[in-house]
Amino acid sequence: MNFDPNAPLLQVNDMHVEFRTRDGVARAVTGVNLILRPGETLAVLGESGCGKSVTAQAIMGILDTPPAHVTKGEVLYRGVDLLKLPEDERRQVRANRIAMIFQDALSALNPVYSVGYQIGELFRTHRGLSRQEAKRRAVDLLDQVRIPDAKNRVDDYPHQFSGGMRQRVMIAMALALDPDVLIADEPTTALDVTVQAQIMGLLAEVQRERNMGLVLITHDMGVVADVADTIAVMYAGKVVEYAPVYDIYAHPAHPYTKALLESIPRLDFKGRGLNVIRGLPPALTDVPRGCPFHPRCAYARDVCRQDPPPPAYQIAPRRIASCHFIREVLGV
Amino acid sequence: MFRYIVRRLLQMVLTFFGATFLVYALMFANQDDPYQALVGERPLSESQRIALNAQYHLDDPFLVQYWHYVRGLLTGDLGTSLTQRRPISEMLAEAWPITIKLALLAVLIAAVIAVSAGVLSGIRRGGVFDNVTLVITLIVLAMPVVVLAPVAQVVFGVQLGWFPVTVTRDAGLWDLLLPALVLGTLVIATELRVTRSSVAENMRADYVRTARAKGLTNKRVIGAHVLRNSLIPVITLIGVDIGALMSGAIITEGVFNIPGVGFNLFRGIRAEDGPLVVGFVSVLVIVFLVINLIVDLLYAALDPRIRYE
Amino acid sequence: MSDLNAVSAVEAPGPAPTGPRHGGSPAKPRSLAGDAWLDLRSSKIFWVAVVLVAVILLMAVWPSLFTSADPRDCVLANKNAGAASGAPFGFDFQGCNVYAKTIYGARDSLIVGLFATLLAGVIGLLFGLTAGYYGGWLDAVLSRFIDVVLGVPFLLAAIVLANRFSTDPDATNIVPVILTLGLLGWTTSARVMRSAVISAKGQDYVAAARMLGASPSRQMFRHILPNSIGPFLVVLTILLGINIASESTLSYLGVGLKGDAISWGIAIAEAGPYIRTTAAPLIWPSVFLAVTVLAFIMLGDAIRDAFDPKLR
Repeated sequence: MNFDPNAPLLQVNDMHVEFRTRDGVARAVTGVNLILRPGETLAVLGESGCGKSVTAQAIMGILDTPPAHVTKGEVLYRGVDLLKLPEDERRQVRANRIAMIFQDALSALNPVYSVGYQIGELFRTHRGLSRQEAKRRAVDLLDQVRIPDAKNRVDDYPHQFSGGMRQRVMIAMALALDPDVLIADEPTTALDVTVQAQIMGLLAEVQRERNMGLVLITHDMGVVADVADTIAVMYAGKVVEYAPVYDIYAHPAHPYTKALLESIPRLDFKGRGLNVIRGLPPALTDVPRGCPFHPRCAYARDVCRQDPPPPAYQIAPRRIASCHFIREVLGV
Repeated sequence: MFRYIVRRLLQMVLTFFGATFLVYALMFANQDDPYQALVGERPLSESQRIALNAQYHLDDPFLVQYWHYVRGLLTGDLGTSLTQRRPISEMLAEAWPITIKLALLAVLIAAVIAVSAGVLSGIRRGGVFDNVTLVITLIVLAMPVVVLAPVAQVVFGVQLGWFPVTVTRDAGLWDLLLPALVLGTLVIATELRVTRSSVAENMRADYVRTARAKGLTNKRVIGAHVLRNSLIPVITLIGVDIGALMSGAIITEGVFNIPGVGFNLFRGIRAEDGPLVVGFVSVLVIVFLVINLIVDLLYAALDPRIRYE
Repeated sequence: MSDLNAVSAVEAPGPAPTGPRHGGSPAKPRSLAGDAWLDLRSSKIFWVAVVLVAVILLMAVWPSLFTSADPRDCVLANKNAGAASGAPFGFDFQGCNVYAKTIYGARDSLIVGLFATLLAGVIGLLFGLTAGYYGGWLDAVLSRFIDVVLGVPFLLAAIVLANRFSTDPDATNIVPVILTLGLLGWTTSARVMRSAVISAKGQDYVAAARMLGASPSRQMFRHILPNSIGPFLVVLTILLGINIASESTLSYLGVGLKGDAISWGIAIAEAGPYIRTTAAPLIWPSVFLAVTVLAFIMLGDAIRDAFDPKLR
């Protein structure tokens, strides 16, 4: 495969994914653009059902087809469109180049194999290592993600680990083949708050050490602030705002981003009521006409009910948003 | 694991006494004349009566009788057949080899077909293959062995002449194939359906998505990850299947004249040979319990979540 | 800032400001049973099963509608003869009309099947309700007892039991066979009922009834039973098919129906030694038996699929 070392690490161009079910077609992703550079952390932020996990799985190529179909777009890894690769080459990209960790490590790990086996499997299938050598490497990895007593725990089964330790196993597994992109799909959602911080710390650390690109998928503004360099806010299958983390927090340009920020409880605003976002994101089989966010939007006017939002508008270098009223939201 | 085995063993001991007590009580409790019940309609001479009493102690209180019966079972003393006038344990020893051969062949055939077809339908649920197998399993499921065995004998043995119509004691694998197919058919449908739904369920499991994300080949994802998990419930079915196979073997061996355990029991029932029936049934119950114990231990070996509970 | 609160703030479902979330015409809420009936109505298997069951019932209730021949009127001169007018399936080794015998075979089979299933259903219902509702040690004892009953392979137990109940060698043996199958066949329905009750017991409306002081029996029969009955009935429908098969198996072995009774199982057993001469006396009862069992199992299967669409 002719990967171009100078091309961006990962670039998603105008990706569309739809689910064709008996009850109709759900357009889960409708034109997503992302870009990721080595060492960068890109947070993809949004409510459940906004298409962020689907985007991640489409990048990995692990959507269940059928019902899911990537209908349009490109997923470029170092300049090569993964969607056009034959399945066998695509498979080689997974874990070797782009690895993924999932939300619920208990169900994401196979219950009937020891964690050592599941990590070692990567070395055996991709690198042709022997069982012993693969297991030795698995112990090393468990050590690296700081699982105490790795030598003895390597033969344990997933259900014998605590939630945080299981997520460490997942991370070890993802790091096994030294990928340069790591996609973490809600890696800390299933964990206790204190453990969340540890796992995020570990992720940030391994990313720094290996200069990996990290795509962090989350619905949690709090997680994002500490680790992300760039944030892509998704709503109803689209990226509505894309910006460096500082800009987003300082001057959100999209009403949805702004609403998300205002819904975070803050100590300095003690006493003021929280502004939760009213309503639910639309069902993907039934996205409202016009701007999909208009029913919940404080800025919505007639134009939002009729016309789709304008194409992404470049506000500043590396900063775009898609809304009729960017100026009003920014307050300029 | 140790605790699991101990608990399972205790459970089996309980079931053993419960089940043998049930069999014994059903046979003898509250009979007006338990001796007559043993010999059916044939006249009973005084010497026979004495011989039967030596074996069954039917004049003693019920619990004492049961105690003698259990002791006989555990020491291999099962009494003497009325019709064959031979020790029942000797008949059993003679009959086992061919029945085991037949049963193993049947289990093998059923497992191979059920697992491969079940995996195929499970992977492509709702596909043509899946729908066809569903209909076929439904029909097979409804086939009583009294239909299956004689009809198979008529069609494939007599009319088409593909297989021998009856089987002798030193039958080869080929001779046993048709009865084994009949026997296997009795359990194939449930095994297939369980495999299918278990594969279908596991295909959607999160760990399968993880396996794909690991860049494993489709073959390995299904062969190593889906299959291993899907076979656990199928293995546990084997315990139940053994019961169905025993019932089936009585008819099948009777129909094909296979001189095995089922055939002896079949003849014993028809000839109203009470001691033979009680002896054979009791031994089969024990075999059933032991196999179920083994299956449960196997289950624990396959599923670490059970092993470490 | 607190992560957990951020989660709840973003995902808290509030009242939707505009119309229904799933647009279009809002579907009328349908009950589970209503849904199941809609599913059933479009199920081919269900209708095939219904038609078959209807025909079989008709055969059992009114056999003379199908044949004017008397199944017991056998002329030895007709021994193993081929098809003739009024006897499309030919004659068996005793010169009996195979077609008439096969038609009349439905009645005893169905009587045994129905009553055995009814008996098993009653036992299973009481067992399951008691074990599920009271739980605790009672449940443990009852469940152990089920294990013990299942510790004996079905046919082996049935052989012993049928032997035990049949006292009169000349009778048709219908009652002993019903007792045998009923007393052995209740375990599955008891287990299904038990787990249905346990899950129903956890529901709010039952808890409410309990708090309002409804007596245990009232809770069971007014509140729990109606909501647990679906899977139970499915099990019984399938059991009916199985019981018909078991009756034939016992009759085949000579411990089931006897004497004057006409049973497919007996017919199959009697035809066995003559298969090299004529197969019809064996094939036709076999076909009728298999189709009857299939019809009930299909019916149960179709109803279960309609009630439990999870795995289709």
